[in-house]
Amino acid sequence: MTLFQAFIEALESLNSNKLRSGLTILGIVIGVAAVIAMLAIGRGAQDSITGAISGIGTNLLFVFSGNEQANLRNVRPLTIQDAEAIADPFLAPHVSAVAPFIQGNNITVSAGGEQTRTTLGGVTPDYFGVRNFGVAEGEEINQEHLLGRASVALLGVEVAEKLFGRREGLVGETVRIEGQPFRVIGVMEEKGGGAFGSQDNVVFIPMSTARTRIIRRSTVNRVDLIFVKAASSQDVPLATEEIANILRARHRTEVGADDFTILSQQDFLQTVQTVLGVFTTFLGGIAAISLLVGGIGIMNIMLVSVSERTREIGLRKALGARKRDILIQFLTESSLLSLIGGLIGILLGWVIAYIVGQVATATGNAFTPAVGLDAILLATITSTIIGLFFGIYPANRAASLEPVEALRYE
Amino acid sequence: MTEPVVRAENLTKVYKMGDVEVHALRGLSLQIFKGEVVSIMGPSGSGKSTLMNILGCLDHPTSGSYILDGEEVSNLRDDQLAEIRNRKVGFIFQSFNLLGRQTALANVELPLRYAGLTSGRKERARQSLIAVGLADRITHKPTELSGGQQQRVAIARALVNNPAIIMADEPTGNLDSKVGQEIMDLLLNLNREIGTTLIIVTHDPKVAAQTQRVIRIRDGVVDTEAA
Repeated sequence: MTLFQAFIEALESLNSNKLRSGLTILGIVIGVAAVIAMLAIGRGAQDSITGAISGIGTNLLFVFSGNEQANLRNVRPLTIQDAEAIADPFLAPHVSAVAPFIQGNNITVSAGGEQTRTTLGGVTPDYFGVRNFGVAEGEEINQEHLLGRASVALLGVEVAEKLFGRREGLVGETVRIEGQPFRVIGVMEEKGGGAFGSQDNVVFIPMSTARTRIIRRSTVNRVDLIFVKAASSQDVPLATEEIANILRARHRTEVGADDFTILSQQDFLQTVQTVLGVFTTFLGGIAAISLLVGGIGIMNIMLVSVSERTREIGLRKALGARKRDILIQFLTESSLLSLIGGLIGILLGWVIAYIVGQVATATGNAFTPAVGLDAILLATITSTIIGLFFGIYPANRAASLEPVEALRYE
Repeated sequence: MTEPVVRAENLTKVYKMGDVEVHALRGLSLQIFKGEVVSIMGPSGSGKSTLMNILGCLDHPTSGSYILDGEEVSNLRDDQLAEIRNRKVGFIFQSFNLLGRQTALANVELPLRYAGLTSGRKERARQSLIAVGLADRITHKPTELSGGQQQRVAIARALVNNPAIIMADEPTGNLDSKVGQEIMDLLLNLNREIGTTLIIVTHDPKVAAQTQRVIRIRDGVVDTEAA
């Protein structure tokens, strides 16, 4: 008997018991569908989150005051001078740009009769390069504005539309921020929604202006956040270390009691991947249980099939079938059963992933589930192996039947 | 006379049922020559079925020698025995034992598949079916055939490998007397035309009467031989 003949015979045999074969493979179908859908959705989510984060820049570091991992008294705020020290190319050779930042929340901005509440950012000229933000029209805030404490503002598109109903031709208009007049010098490019809220509902003004006229801080020269751009994404760990050393020296912190936190995009990525990993393990466990149950189902049905066909086995042996021939016949049947279940499961998983993708898109969190070739191969091979493994016992039982007794079996 | 195709000497078979030993064969010897038609008769419990299983190479004797077509087969391993069955023994059963899912042709082909033949299987199976008079039923499945036709398929299957002996276990037992006689005529005809050695195990004296020799088994040995 060649394998091909065994394959054809197994197909015929499964085909003659369609309902039973169909019910038997359900466990495998569900298990494989779960694996495929899970991998596809997990990968889609990862791609979309990674994409969002990479859009911000993988070499971006956030430095802020305070440290949740240490028990601290006397936390010193970050200052402009801290930012300037970090920008020193001798102290921090792996840092390419530094942008201190202060933020005002719920700031009232008005123009004509319209009024809105928004986030106000006090920035330096480096901010735009560090964050990869550009203007759609007009100009960025420059050194002159900063030194002159100029009353100039850059509008995010959302603010522009709320106040003026348009996002173009706004240079030279006047807006009032907390009642004080500012000249609009440009409109930001549209950013879209991000992981941390809309990045378009924002107004930028020079940091010096913000500090003296809008956002009062208890400590002079205090900043809320320092954005740091490392020279490249490989330099992020070195840059982190350099920044930490500079701040430790400047803040005179005790060993192991840093009063600041440095987060990189890679940290965020890692967090996201950890969460996705837990999710994947969880669903993987469910899939594994389903596959196990499916495999036992196959074993059960194969045992039934062996005892139903005892006479057939006896006859085949009488006609010259060796132990191996019978073994191959039943193993082919069980692995084919499982393989078919796996293939149907791949299709079903694909459909589920597609539907989840459509639902996600409809609710505004666009991501594309990706069914990889590796997932398909994995599912196919796994299901075949399950069929083989759970088929061994029944097939062996069939193959070791004594021909005399098998022929006499009623 | 030429060398016998079946030469059994001093065959014994002991079954252990718990603590009890059952002696099914107690030193049975017999010879069957090429081209002979022999019937084996005996009351139930006589060891007739055991003898048939051993002669058909389905089972090992506990002791003794069995030479089939010049080959000692009494102490072969299971897989070697399977090969001997495939090459040298054709089986005809009372209940036909055809595979219901497959056509007559595929059923007849089965022994050739296990023989490992890769080409010419279909043609040989077809010739065999023609020889038993089923030229027009080749693609029918067993459920579409009458009992007599099914037994003819089984005979074709037994013949297809040109075996040294054909073992027929009550070949007419499931058929009415008219069809049963047709099957007997076919078997006897095949014996005359191609010289097949036939061993028929039967209860039916009418069947036994048509064979050249009757071997009666009683208590695990050959009782009397009648021509």
